[in-house]
Amino acid sequence: MQALEGSQAIARTVALCRPQVVAAYPITPQTHIVEGIASLVAEGQLDCEMVSVESEHSAASVALGAAVAGARAYTASASQGILLMSEVLYTIAGMRVPLVMTCANRAVSAPLNIWNDHQDSMAMRDAGWIQLYCASNQEAIDTTVQAFYLAERCELPVMVCVDGFTLTHTLEPLALPTQAQVDAFLPPYQFAHALNPMNPWSLGTLVGPEHFTEARLAHHQALLDAQAQIIAADQAWAAVSGRHCGGLLEVRGRRDARIGILTLGAVLGTLEDALLAAAPEDQVRLLKLRSYRPFPAQALAQACADLDTLVVLERALSPGAGGIIGPEVQGALADLPTPPRVLNVAAGLGGRDMPLTLYERLLQWARQPGHPPFCLLDAADC
Amino acid sequence: MLEIRIHGRGGQGNVVAAYLLATAAIEQGRYAQAFPAFGAERRGAPVAAFVRMDSQVIRRRCQVKTPDFLIIQDPALLSVTGTLDGLRPDGGILVNAQDHPLLETLGHQSLMALPATELALEHIGKPLPNTALLAAFLCLTGILPLSALQTALAERFKGAVLKRNLALLEAAADTVQAGAWQEKVIHAST
Repeated sequence: MQALEGSQAIARTVALCRPQVVAAYPITPQTHIVEGIASLVAEGQLDCEMVSVESEHSAASVALGAAVAGARAYTASASQGILLMSEVLYTIAGMRVPLVMTCANRAVSAPLNIWNDHQDSMAMRDAGWIQLYCASNQEAIDTTVQAFYLAERCELPVMVCVDGFTLTHTLEPLALPTQAQVDAFLPPYQFAHALNPMNPWSLGTLVGPEHFTEARLAHHQALLDAQAQIIAADQAWAAVSGRHCGGLLEVRGRRDARIGILTLGAVLGTLEDALLAAAPEDQVRLLKLRSYRPFPAQALAQACADLDTLVVLERALSPGAGGIIGPEVQGALADLPTPPRVLNVAAGLGGRDMPLTLYERLLQWARQPGHPPFCLLDAADC
Repeated sequence: MLEIRIHGRGGQGNVVAAYLLATAAIEQGRYAQAFPAFGAERRGAPVAAFVRMDSQVIRRRCQVKTPDFLIIQDPALLSVTGTLDGLRPDGGILVNAQDHPLLETLGHQSLMALPATELALEHIGKPLPNTALLAAFLCLTGILPLSALQTALAERFKGAVLKRNLALLEAAADTVQAGAWQEKVIHAST
């Protein structure tokens, strides 16, 4: 274990994965990650083309170009940067290009806010990327290594979602893998569909109505199939490092509880501390959603089959509708013989502190009848 | 669990102080966590950073609202709303100050003043109070040996800068009574 800031740990882990091209444009709270990688390149510790670009649209485009030329490529961004990339993010996924991006999760303007929530990656929900959420900086390290493995095996891009500031700017004891461990897990990669002037073909060409649906179906199926790969990658990395991140979905807390709380990202640790301090009758089943895309509907239904009430705590908002994950979870549980009542709560938007007392509040919310199906808890009068 | 909140102004090295303290604890095999209060990044604006230490894994990531100790890099911050909020009844306040009028009006029995800026100017030639405050804090509380801070400094600084900081560390530690806050630590960890 060594004392490392989350961003530095991510930068060093990316370097251990031996990317050949990194393209990035700095944005808070992602900046320390790409600064760290740039330093490793400048100091000669990482043999990589570090491309400083003029915008996030270009960062994603350079990473895309590098990956289709056969390089292991990486980028990182947040918030407005992710939105500016969005056109290219859809293209990367649709072309089934293996590359990895860290999203240092941050709120989206307006009003302007540099702090942490999940609105940015949620806005890219339908772009066709694998999205994995990290509950700790150790998970950010281990998920980053797994992300390259997954991208290359599934021929899909992977977005590693790491809570901005809450994780990226937190220093704590962390275990970095060794170069030998990462090399054994991630051997040199040859993208089977890389562009090759000796054997030319095209990627991302015009597809007419007669084939477009089939292309979309293939992409959909690839993401659904990635579920098994996500579980396998986590197990394979555990065999190398001794650490796992919970596959698609991890169940913690009291297994026989009738109340569950499902969430994603770093707030899980705060809820877990509160849970461990609670009386046994106040201990809930805690569900950590790690893979948001692909969405593990089956695993969710299994994990929630005997619950009376499930609170879905999320860090983003679909104005005019409510939660984003909540309705999806409700849909996944609808076919259960006795589906739990799903209460959807959004909290911690724009960096609002999520204190230990949040746990007790969610528990009260679950126990009292008559609550609306969705609420912004930090602004609720209760 | 021991919780510390560090108040300063943007540019004073508030976050670096928190990182150094947590690094020193981790060096000693403890679990520790340090993070900024995520204020807007402007020089001179009031900022805060948090440190937690424990013998067990720290999972929570919420802000420190009821600190056991406050370390204050600028005495003028004593009059800023929120600076003293939530301090535990037996908590301690270490403030970088020399004869500041606020010290008397505050009259807190657990307030300790250290002329950290003056000590820093003397030893490193820059008004950076971190090293002196942290050395004094470790000396007062006895929570970690000074060697842990020396190691943490050596990870961050090299050459002449490190040498001057290590001299500052010794000088600051000599100005406070070792173990004077030891009972507060015992209280905090029970």
